[in-house]
Amino acid sequence: MNVWIEKQKYLIDFTLASLARRKAKNLGLLLVYSLIVFLLASVMLFTHALRQAANELLAGAPEIVLQRMVAGRHDLIPPGYLERIARLRGVLEKQGRLWGYYYDPVVKANYTFMVADDRLLAPGTLVVGAGLARTRGVAPGNLISFRAYSGKLFTFSIADILPAKSELVSADLVLLGEADFRAFFDIPPGHYTDITLRVANPLEVRNIASKLAQQFPDSRPILREEILRTYDSIFSWREGIVLALATLALLAFAILAWEKASGLSADERREIGILKAIGWDTGDVLRMKFWEGAMLSLSAFLLGYLAAYLHVFHFSASLLAPVLKGWAVLYPRFELSPVIDGLQVTTLFFFTVFPYAAATLVPIWRAAISDPDAVMRG
Amino acid sequence: MIFQPAILALLLSSLLCIGLLLAAAPYAIDLIRHWDLASGSERQLLRERRTYLLSTLLAFVFATQLVALALFVFNADRMASLFVGAMCAVGTLQANAFGFPALLAQILVFFLAAVWLVINHVDTQAPDYPLLRIKYVLLLCLLPFLLAAGVLQWRFFLALRADVITSCCGSLFSDATPGVTAELAAAPPLPTLLAFYLSLALATGCALLHRRGPRAGHLVALLSAVAFAVTMAAVLAFISLYVYEHPHHHCPFCILKPDYSYQGYALYVPLFVGTAAGLGVGAVQAFARVPSLQSIIPGVAGRLAGLAAAMFIAVAVVALLIIINSRLLLIDN
Repeated sequence: MNVWIEKQKYLIDFTLASLARRKAKNLGLLLVYSLIVFLLASVMLFTHALRQAANELLAGAPEIVLQRMVAGRHDLIPPGYLERIARLRGVLEKQGRLWGYYYDPVVKANYTFMVADDRLLAPGTLVVGAGLARTRGVAPGNLISFRAYSGKLFTFSIADILPAKSELVSADLVLLGEADFRAFFDIPPGHYTDITLRVANPLEVRNIASKLAQQFPDSRPILREEILRTYDSIFSWREGIVLALATLALLAFAILAWEKASGLSADERREIGILKAIGWDTGDVLRMKFWEGAMLSLSAFLLGYLAAYLHVFHFSASLLAPVLKGWAVLYPRFELSPVIDGLQVTTLFFFTVFPYAAATLVPIWRAAISDPDAVMRG
Repeated sequence: MIFQPAILALLLSSLLCIGLLLAAAPYAIDLIRHWDLASGSERQLLRERRTYLLSTLLAFVFATQLVALALFVFNADRMASLFVGAMCAVGTLQANAFGFPALLAQILVFFLAAVWLVINHVDTQAPDYPLLRIKYVLLLCLLPFLLAAGVLQWRFFLALRADVITSCCGSLFSDATPGVTAELAAAPPLPTLLAFYLSLALATGCALLHRRGPRAGHLVALLSAVAFAVTMAAVLAFISLYVYEHPHHHCPFCILKPDYSYQGYALYVPLFVGTAAGLGVGAVQAFARVPSLQSIIPGVAGRLAGLAAAMFIAVAVVALLIIINSRLLLIDN
């Protein structure tokens, strides 16, 4: 065993020296290789972090949301529904929510108006999301006016701005008191936008949803796990599409690797010829070339992955964001929390090192079988 | 649903591997038919050079298959969140009829590939390539398995649809549903526990015996295979219960989840490596009488037997730790 390890150590030593002798060629390949890893790793890290962020945010969401439908469109919940739900077993907590969208012609963006259920707001005051505050240029204490759909003008004062930490979900949010909300949107008392339900036992969620669907045929229950699943598939799908497109780049890279590996310079040929003349056999040359490829792959992988990590988590994935994030006037600014996932790293390894290794196999063999006398004479 | 990164990687690798093998097959046939070490003809020289390429290429393909199995299971587990009703890899694999066959085929390919790699290693140690023909015949026999595994994987991934309601591991591995999994799940814990440790002890003992002197090589392989089967049964019957601390949850896949701190990998990785090494010991015994291998095979087989013994001991220790650390009491003292 020790002999084997010693042998590999000397081979690696020799290979490193031989790589260093052809700096320009190898650095070029390393650069392109790292770039490919960087591109793919950025996509993977970014989507995974987004998925993680969505998971964390939705962890606190209610298990079930009940929406009433009229002619296939979302409608207000009429009085009496909340009381009827109370009779369902297993429902821990139920609450009518009031929220709606408002189009602001000033900045041409949609806001989400919502009644705050965890804080009491004095009449005539608002709490707004950081994205909105940035776009409209408002600060706490300022006044802001909105023209309601009824045509009346309402003026509110800004009580507070929501913390930037929650900006991913609250960029366009406007929180206000219930009375203000009903007056602004003209919603009569007792009506709600939808109902949220908390269920104590997660295994009961589906049962309660089917009971709800039976009891309220005009309503649809939306489950948290369904929302999570949808996010999961959408992010994975976007990631997959980008990766599938990137396979073209991968193909180009494989061709480049093939070319680089087969286009041995006269110097390299001479080197291999001399090695074989002094007693190396084909297997040794193959092993040396294997170490060469392994070291190149590993350094490119580490470099590319590190660069991608910095790109995504320190520079907010500025190169990829337009494709993967989606777009909106009031786009939230957010920092993703760094996550590294074993499956992602393994997948990435398969995507990059595997094609490289496959593409260089045959050229390496060609180089290794060359005859010493033919090489040294020619 | 093939636009999932891990699926793309798996499909890419299986496509490339099959392509490489198919490209290698004609050369392998040529080698089998015309190999003649005594000849000094130019064609023979070319063939000798080609063996380098072929064995490197095949080692590469089969090594990839070993990693692909891990990625396949890891991915199936992760994708469970995309299916209604699925809670772990079982749900994903049951989402259509090709899931479990694809997994079993991949496991089979794993062991066959491992055995081939062992034979290849032995062959390259000898100066006269005594196993060359056998190696390439075996390769041709392996090709259909790899093709089948690849096709099953393609069918499985192409047929995956998110709107299918699949079933959770609780329904497949419960003692109430009829079938072989239920029979295993219903196995009484104490006898299974004894059988588990007995089979591991036998396999380890035999491997250690083989390490000391070249005997009972085939028995090592046989006992390793038995230990593998019994361990899988033991996971179903009681080890999983200790992990979940729940007397009725028999799933062999949930133990791979982060919720149970990936304990399954600690159990399965040594089990698979140990079994593969044990099978390798048996596989090379057939060639122990080949003159140029007589001095090589005992060494290689001894090292493999040592590896197998170490891995089986690791399995036993991991299982013991799981049982000791669990708060579940399955067997009354």
